[in-house]
Amino acid sequence: MQKNVQEFGTKFESVCAVLEKYECNPHMLVPILQEIQAAYSYLPKDVMNYVANALGVTPGSVFGVATFYSHFTLEPKGKYVIRVCDGTACHVRKSTEIIKTFQAELGLDEKTHTTEDNLFTLEEVACIGACGLAPVITINEDVYGAMTKEKTVELVKKYKEEEAANA
Amino acid sequence: MNTNLNSNNVTKTSNLKTITVDSIPVTLGDESNLLEVIRKAGIELPTFCYHSDLSVYGACRMCMVEIEDRHPGIFPACSTKAEPGMVIRTNTKTIRDMRKMIIELMLASSDHSCTTCPKSGACKLQDIATQLGVKDVRFKQMVAQDEKDLSSPCIARDPAKCILCGDCVRVCDEIQSVGSLDFAYRGADARVVTCGNKGIGEVECVGCGQCVKVCPVGALTIKTNLTDVWNEVHNKDKIVVATVAPAVRVAIGECFGEEAGINNIGKIVSALRIMGFDRVFDLNFAADLTTVEEGNEFIQRYTEQKNLPQFTSCCPAWVKFAEEYYPNLLNNLSTVRSPMSLFGSVCKEQLSKELGVSRDKIVIVMVGPCTAKKFEANRPEFAVDGNPDIDHVITTEELARMIKEHGIEFEKLGFSALDMPLSFATGGAIIFGSTGGVCESVLRYAAKELEPGPSREFKQFRGKSGTKIGEIEIGGNTLRLAVVSGLANARALIDRVQNGEESFDLIEVMACPGGCVNGAGQPTPQCDEDNSKRAKGLYDNDRMLPFHSSGENPVVKKLYDEDFDEHKIHELLHTKYGNRRLIKEDDFVLSTPTAETKLNLTICFGRSCFTKGAQALYGNLMKYIRDNGLEANTEFKARFCATKCGKGPVLLVNDQLIEHCTLEKAVEAIGVVLPQ
Repeated sequence: MQKNVQEFGTKFESVCAVLEKYECNPHMLVPILQEIQAAYSYLPKDVMNYVANALGVTPGSVFGVATFYSHFTLEPKGKYVIRVCDGTACHVRKSTEIIKTFQAELGLDEKTHTTEDNLFTLEEVACIGACGLAPVITINEDVYGAMTKEKTVELVKKYKEEEAANA
Repeated sequence: MNTNLNSNNVTKTSNLKTITVDSIPVTLGDESNLLEVIRKAGIELPTFCYHSDLSVYGACRMCMVEIEDRHPGIFPACSTKAEPGMVIRTNTKTIRDMRKMIIELMLASSDHSCTTCPKSGACKLQDIATQLGVKDVRFKQMVAQDEKDLSSPCIARDPAKCILCGDCVRVCDEIQSVGSLDFAYRGADARVVTCGNKGIGEVECVGCGQCVKVCPVGALTIKTNLTDVWNEVHNKDKIVVATVAPAVRVAIGECFGEEAGINNIGKIVSALRIMGFDRVFDLNFAADLTTVEEGNEFIQRYTEQKNLPQFTSCCPAWVKFAEEYYPNLLNNLSTVRSPMSLFGSVCKEQLSKELGVSRDKIVIVMVGPCTAKKFEANRPEFAVDGNPDIDHVITTEELARMIKEHGIEFEKLGFSALDMPLSFATGGAIIFGSTGGVCESVLRYAAKELEPGPSREFKQFRGKSGTKIGEIEIGGNTLRLAVVSGLANARALIDRVQNGEESFDLIEVMACPGGCVNGAGQPTPQCDEDNSKRAKGLYDNDRMLPFHSSGENPVVKKLYDEDFDEHKIHELLHTKYGNRRLIKEDDFVLSTPTAETKLNLTICFGRSCFTKGAQALYGNLMKYIRDNGLEANTEFKARFCATKCGKGPVLLVNDQLIEHCTLEKAVEAIGVVLPQ
């Protein structure tokens, strides 16, 4: 709660600052969106409309750019972002099984990527360049290699327990 | 052109500006690309995404051709420059196979339930599949389960039928400068959507329907309400009135194989009577009334030099556009209702008096060339106690559909006469259907009022050019006028006016290029000349009529002499406009309080307020709140347009609206809510 007071309005102020920094130049749309996503952890639709207004472009074109790049997300992400690599090496080493296990453990499916408590977000990525560790996943900045079904279950348990201990 | 030449006589290195298309030699003219040269040679290459008025996109790959001695060998003709000496093959095995496969892939990845599709019979995908002899589809049907979008009264979207040609995206951006449709997502998930995937009726779309016009398939169609209209016609308790706009009569014949430009008003009246309409009136009568009111308004504004330039306001798509993008110009729009809405109010009043029935027993169906009129008919301004002045709007195409549904053979129809007196019209009304028509009509009226003599014509404002500017002399005054069609042209002109680069006394704006004759509700023109032929049909009609200035209309004169007083004129003939937000969106929470809410701040972040410094105001307010430790008790929200555009920046402090808000004004209001 205390944190909220500190953060009061600062996120949107950072949007204003980004727009000023790039002088509302419509050619800088991608870097502007990147910095906004860094502040909010996602791109809220109202902020995108505000950006369109400020840059003098149509809201539809901002939406088009935001949905084109997989880097951008339009939904808030969880505290822990799990990225499961489904590149060729990981795929042949059964990354699909890992994904399914995460979904089962976290109560997610192909359409729901973030848990209701906003703790976990599950993403599939094409290749994270660590094929020697296949199948490989990352949770935020931490890398976990040679994943198995059992290790996946363990890992989810570990994160949930840590979270419970901190709360 | 040397089309008679034997192809053997043409050498590849000929110095003549000639290219060879499937052995046909073609002399190069001013064609901007290879596709146009090939079509000039008489080869009709199929295309989905090529429109001469739009930028070249090169996405559909149907116009691929082989160019001899060039690698990789096949090129899209639409985006390849024609160069002398080229030898082109348009129909090799490779190309044929490829074209067929593309069609098969399109059929496999989109919904093609042709029999129930409103576009059936006018669908390019259907035509090209037949033309190329596609007999079966080798690929598995994979149709995205996108729901239909019926949120707009004008346009219906069926995304499952979209083939991603992008025609709608370009026409909305390039011709209309609205840009309500755009590509989103990527690869197999790519879609044409509105901002945030909302309904097209919830975003900035002005309803002009030009996207419907270019859509080659059934993904964008006119939102039809024919079932409602038939139900009204079949309802014995209702008096059902039809009124027909000028542009309809010169285009409907095309739906039945006739040439463009033939005036079919007599047949239209016959058909409507056979279908069961009780009265049929000519909307031209109302156009005369609009001209008289708008002419008087113009003379008054010019005399007082107030609210100039005057903008015409007959076009509902332009009116919505102005409400969204030019809030500061709303006082410059003519306050006179469009002929349609004016007809509704006058007809319901006159007819209910004449027949001794209440207003809600009368149902008026307007037949017009326009999809945006469906939106206008729904505007709350044009209703009395919830009863709309115009009950239904159908387009030329929809009328043709009704005629076909009834089984009436249009070709065999005889002529019938319109009902009087609300059909009597002058030539000043019939020309409303073409770009420049409203402007010329107002000028004819003003000239007649200010200098006695024969009716004058103002031909410099005719023709299909998108922007026409001219000066004329009336009663010793030199007037400077502009006529624009296509909202991108309007935006460019208005921006010049607002920058002080140009000034005008009167500006006519029509959203559809070429005016109402090219409305989205008209049949799709078979060639570029069709719209000119339609316009010619209207000007020919003008010449045949006894009066050319709307002021000479005896029925209009009688109404002013006997029925209209000041109050009636205001109530029946005028309206007002308001600011309009681009996108329907809830307020956006910038920060939430952590304790009891004592202060609610809502700042307008609309386009107009943004330019007037809303962002800086927000920054200063945040600083003030922090400096005074009010964070815990303040809820701060943003609204994308509080529709007070002329008075920005706008801030709401609890429920109090502060116009032209400054930090000082805001602090004062906060002090009242939270005394220190």
